[in-house]
Amino acid sequence: MLSVIIFLPLVGAVLVALLPRSATAAMRIAALVFSLATFALSVALLIGFNNAQSGYQYVESVDWIKTYGIGYKLGMDGISIWLVMLTTVIFPIAILSSTEAIRDRQKEYYALVLLMETATLGVFLALDMFLFYVFWEFALVPMYFIIGMWGGEKRIYATMKFFVYTMAGSLLMLLAILYVGFSGGTFDLTALVAKNSAWAASVPLFLAFAIAFVIKVPLFPFHSWLPDAHTEAPTPGSVILAAVLLKMGAYGLIRFNLALFPEASRLFAPLMMILAVIGILYGAIVAFAQTDAKRLVAYSSVSHMGYIVLGIFSMNALGLQGALLQMVNHGISTGGLFLIVGYLYERRHTREMARFGGIWGKMPLYGTLALLFVLSSVGLPALNGFVGEFVILQGAFQANWVWAAFASLGMILSAVYLLTFYQKIFLGESRDTANDGLRDVNTREVVTVVPLLVLALVIGLYSLPFFSAMGASVTNLLTVAGLAVK
Amino acid sequence: MQLLVILPILFPLVGLLINAFFGKHMSEGLIGGLASSMVGLSFLVSAWLLFTSGGGPGIVDLSIPWIKVGTLDVPFGFLIDQLSLTMMLIVTGVGGLIHIYSIGYMHGDPRFQRFFVYMNLFIASMLVLVMADSFLLMFVGWELVGLCSYLLIGFWFSNIHNAEAGRKAFVVNRIGDVGFILGILLIFVTFGTLTFPDVFAKVQAMNAVNAPVVVAITLLLFVGATGKSAQIPLFVWLPDAMAGPTPVSALIHAATMVTAGIYMMTRAHVLYVAAPDTQTVVALVGALTAFLAGSVALTQFDIKKVLAYSTISQLGFMVAAAGMGAYVSSVFHLATHAFFKALLFLAAGSVIHGMEHLSKGEEESERSGAPGPHKAPAPAHSGEHTVDPQDMRNMGGLRTRMPLTFVVYCIGGLALAGMPPFAGFWSKDEIVSAALARNPLVFGLLAISAIFTAFYIGRQLVMVFFGKPRSEEAAHAVESGSAMTVPLVFLAVFATIAGILNLPGLDSLSHWLVPVVGQAAEALPFNIGVATLFTVLALVMLYGAWALYRSAYVKAGDADPLTRLGGLYTFLLRAWFVDWFFQNVIVKLFYAGSTFLARVLDIGGIDGTVNGVGIMVRDVSASLRKVQTGLVRSYGLMMLLGVVLVVAYFVLSASMR
Repeated sequence: MLSVIIFLPLVGAVLVALLPRSATAAMRIAALVFSLATFALSVALLIGFNNAQSGYQYVESVDWIKTYGIGYKLGMDGISIWLVMLTTVIFPIAILSSTEAIRDRQKEYYALVLLMETATLGVFLALDMFLFYVFWEFALVPMYFIIGMWGGEKRIYATMKFFVYTMAGSLLMLLAILYVGFSGGTFDLTALVAKNSAWAASVPLFLAFAIAFVIKVPLFPFHSWLPDAHTEAPTPGSVILAAVLLKMGAYGLIRFNLALFPEASRLFAPLMMILAVIGILYGAIVAFAQTDAKRLVAYSSVSHMGYIVLGIFSMNALGLQGALLQMVNHGISTGGLFLIVGYLYERRHTREMARFGGIWGKMPLYGTLALLFVLSSVGLPALNGFVGEFVILQGAFQANWVWAAFASLGMILSAVYLLTFYQKIFLGESRDTANDGLRDVNTREVVTVVPLLVLALVIGLYSLPFFSAMGASVTNLLTVAGLAVK
Repeated sequence: MQLLVILPILFPLVGLLINAFFGKHMSEGLIGGLASSMVGLSFLVSAWLLFTSGGGPGIVDLSIPWIKVGTLDVPFGFLIDQLSLTMMLIVTGVGGLIHIYSIGYMHGDPRFQRFFVYMNLFIASMLVLVMADSFLLMFVGWELVGLCSYLLIGFWFSNIHNAEAGRKAFVVNRIGDVGFILGILLIFVTFGTLTFPDVFAKVQAMNAVNAPVVVAITLLLFVGATGKSAQIPLFVWLPDAMAGPTPVSALIHAATMVTAGIYMMTRAHVLYVAAPDTQTVVALVGALTAFLAGSVALTQFDIKKVLAYSTISQLGFMVAAAGMGAYVSSVFHLATHAFFKALLFLAAGSVIHGMEHLSKGEEESERSGAPGPHKAPAPAHSGEHTVDPQDMRNMGGLRTRMPLTFVVYCIGGLALAGMPPFAGFWSKDEIVSAALARNPLVFGLLAISAIFTAFYIGRQLVMVFFGKPRSEEAAHAVESGSAMTVPLVFLAVFATIAGILNLPGLDSLSHWLVPVVGQAAEALPFNIGVATLFTVLALVMLYGAWALYRSAYVKAGDADPLTRLGGLYTFLLRAWFVDWFFQNVIVKLFYAGSTFLARVLDIGGIDGTVNGVGIMVRDVSASLRKVQTGLVRSYGLMMLLGVVLVVAYFVLSASMR
């Protein structure tokens, strides 16, 4: 079942590659159909998921390279379930948003996007470290090309930076994986966690994994590739990057760092929490100074991802569950904001906020949709962001109230920069005649963002199913790792 | 029963959904009528609950979990008791009247539909705030009313100043909200629950006075109150909030939302009573706010700014009362103030309409109840008029032009000044008497504030309604139509008689609220000495204002008599430079810091380091291997190739064994 989900998009990619170059409409439809089919399958997984079970479900295990204890092993638990769902929701949306943004070389584009969906699902479902690494690297390549081929003016610079930076981290992780795998006698993650061995080299191992993951998150001060990558990426690329790819880092921190090296995690938790808090505040303050709307959203990501790391290294049930929910929330709100900014860019070919003003009056529905995403990102209660942020803060407060107090200042700052963002583009009077006669969002554009808004409202008002699916696995992780369960 | 209890919240929600999705195809009358009747229905259900439940107390747990993680369990639960019922009635009662008034006031506005969507959302959110049975659910309402405030202050957003004022309100409130949230986090860590009855039971079980954790919790929650209820130092957003349409000023920024802080402290009085140290702080901050804002109101020229500072000052009275444990008096004043200040704002709106008649009158034929001056995107209050229709210096002599508005304005003004038998007299007297008995410093500050109050409202009445018109606009002002004047009359009646809510001897409100706030919070016995003294003082000040301003303004440009105060006058006119400090010190520091971090540290420092390392590696490897191809990206691909080779090596070597 999990293999089917992972490789269904790959089948789609092959199909797209086989289509004649002129059949662009067929490519779009094929990509959409395959991503929707993947989503449908993931819904089936969700329905069949047993919330009470703390271990992995739908496990598939086949020997691969037996000599080294490397296997093809997949499984899903409460920690990965919502990331899988997030992935399968975001990809159809990203594909739907590509119609305007991607005009040339559509064959390569849609094939790469589907390939990336396979790779990211593989990352979230792999239970073998080696297999994880393979998927991890394969998630990198399509994004490298998507930014490099369909990006903006400085795309080569941005994509190189993205690639080399994350690759550098990945190599460290590869070394750590090889070390753990060989000295542990197996690459099977569940077996390694169950052994609960105290690694002699746990500190360097922790760091090797952590550096790879925090670059991906990205955690301050490893974030500088992100604004460039986001700014140059085409809209759907930014959506996937923010909503799914960044989550791979946060997921890795939980799956590897916390689970394999609890002692080192405890040792480094204060540092990680401090960096997370700095990231929350720093990302927000720097976001405020941006003039390019997309760069502003990119820095808001740095701030919001800080909350997730803060929750993870609170190392208690509230912090972790809040972080897991916030990963979904961040995908919704930031993904949504990138879509919103993209709509404007497609019309005006600029993202300089100074060139806009008064857009709400000219595009009323668009302005309302944008406002809802802004409010979701601001963390307004009754929408998704608040629930995640509050639970994280509660967990962080239990772990260390000082950091929680500093982190809560991010609530003020997010209102400052996001409402400024909204004001500059949507309120006041238009500052450029080119804004006259802008058409409001069309049906496709509305359909693209509405699922995200519905999710924002559902999570904001009824978070129970989201938390109850992850509860058992999180408790189990904390118990096995010997971390305090509060 | 359960469904019935949440009906007051559901009605406006239904109204806003219908108006939001179908309002485009509906007439103004239908939109406004639907929105108003939904609030009216909420009022009726609240009244029905009042008569059937006898006040409760009743917890209504809908058994729908909202957030449930580990031990954190916050359901959608509502607490219906004497206190929440009182608030529900005020919110839906005054809210309903203001909805009706708005049908006339907003007539012709292109975004009429949106206005009523926001207004209904506000009523629903405010009801969540006052009906919630836990701190966290209360916070939901707390922030949602802030959202409505943001949207409605910036309702005419084409004018950037309105948008700016909305954003300022939201951000300043968020500063307070962080205090509120930290208070909630601390409550949960300390007591393991967020539900009111559970938290209060555990506080009482502690049986401690000034336990540090309770002091910390109450102070943090109070930070939230200083934001929402516009107390020192976070009051700076409220004067700017007057950029919104006048009904919004009346409903949100005078009668209901801004009283949320007082409601919260009354609701959480068990915590506050256990922390006398916090109480002292609360009482002093309230009294100082009353004093500061009252002094500033003396010098303002904008008819709504005077009322805005007056609101801040009156909120200070309520906060001070809460701080002294006089919760009944605090809620009493909250109720009477809701009537008379809503009345004053709506009457001010009527005056502004009258003033705008000349400039808009030609385009618009006179219609009953249809003043219709708001043609966004050129909002009435945007300063685009040659003569500012809100500047009292341009008014004068309006009592003959707008007789009904004049009468109701006088009623509102006398109630505010604390003249018997109007509503404000009874409630303010209770607060001042409590201060006399409990805290001399608070008493002194409140006494001076009360004197200021009579003077500034006297000054306003004289400047607006007496003397000769000082502009063409004032000379040609006309009375507003019935859609606006009828609610005014209703509110004027309440502003006159609302004192009976807690008339000395009857003490209805006291007895009613005792089950919630306890015997100790009851109003003190009527103090005839205080009442007489303050009535005389108010009369003297009203006369003083009359004497000073009767002939001070002959034309709009004349100097205000208070300019004789010199530097002090400027100090008051600029509102003690508090906002100036925020704008010129804190905001500017933030701008500078933000620019520095973004331009220097981030691009130069952090990214510069990363790029530096990258370039170094490239150069070193290039000179070592001399395989420079000139294409930067080849290095990345080579790295990937390296990875693939490593993987391939393992796979192959394993399979060869």
